[in-house]
Amino acid sequence: MKKLKFLIPLAVFLGLVGFLLVGLGLNPREVPSPLIGKPAPAFDLPRLDDPSQRLRTEDLRGKVWMLNVWASWCAACRDEHPLLVEMARQKIVPIYGLDYKDTRAAGLQTLSRFGDPYVASLFDADGRVGIDWGVYGVPETFIIDKAGVIRMKHIGPLTPDVIRNKIEPLVRQLNG
Amino acid sequence: MARWLLILTLALLGGLGHAKEAVPASDDPALEKRMVRIAAELRCLVCQNQTIADSNAELAVDLRNQVRTMLKRGDTDQMIIDYMTARYGDFVLYRPPVKATTLVLWFGPAVLLLGGLVTLYVVLRRRNRLAADQFEPDPDDAPTDNTTDTTRSSTPARHD
Repeated sequence: MKKLKFLIPLAVFLGLVGFLLVGLGLNPREVPSPLIGKPAPAFDLPRLDDPSQRLRTEDLRGKVWMLNVWASWCAACRDEHPLLVEMARQKIVPIYGLDYKDTRAAGLQTLSRFGDPYVASLFDADGRVGIDWGVYGVPETFIIDKAGVIRMKHIGPLTPDVIRNKIEPLVRQLNG
Repeated sequence: MARWLLILTLALLGGLGHAKEAVPASDDPALEKRMVRIAAELRCLVCQNQTIADSNAELAVDLRNQVRTMLKRGDTDQMIIDYMTARYGDFVLYRPPVKATTLVLWFGPAVLLLGGLVTLYVVLRRRNRLAADQFEPDPDDAPTDNTTDTTRSSTPARHD
């Protein structure tokens, strides 16, 4: 037993390597949101397509919905856009958009060019609602339950894997 | 002559560039100073090694404006810090609060340093004792670890 003592530094070193390897795989940009499990921050915003119509958080109470923060200037949003369109086609969950720090014309043009997966897009010109939702990069996606509580947040573009293995089961569970 | 003109132009241009950077966003210098002090405590989430005060990322500009707005309406520093942590978590604080999840962060380095010092002390003391043992003629009494194994095989040769 005592003979094996020289292996201790090696074990410590391997432990360190293990930590560093795991650390390499983590994404430092994914900051856990303190809003998960909390009521969705209130908003009262005009619709992108019709400034005279407003939408409030309360209007969405009682159903499971998804908020997708996007913008016409955001390249990563283009990547996930086809996935959103497909989600809308399959009616997995009603998707609401938050057009973040955009111009109305550019936002509408993006939707007419690439398809509009949103039940409605809210227009957050100055990004104030974005701050309330803790948005720090676009795109970001939230799942909100029937009681108006945020249950999940995804930072960065959605992937087929995230939709199939995280969003779909969660929505099923929340609707069930 | 041409060189002087060039230097003069560059100096003027430099002055221009500088003036452009330092646009005061509020005409109240005291409020601006408070804003910078608070912003310097907050991490910019877009460029994570900068504070909101240092960063020119759009979100940092927005958040600085938010701090300004809140100061103007008379909020305390603590209210502003709370507002930010409610949205972005403890991660935005350059000095996170001490709690269960941040214990390792706060005390880990000190514990590691202490562990290192204790190990060093123990090793040095053991070695100190070892040096005395080496004068004993009977090699079997010496602690049986690697270093003494090598001396054991070499010392008898010297005796012979």
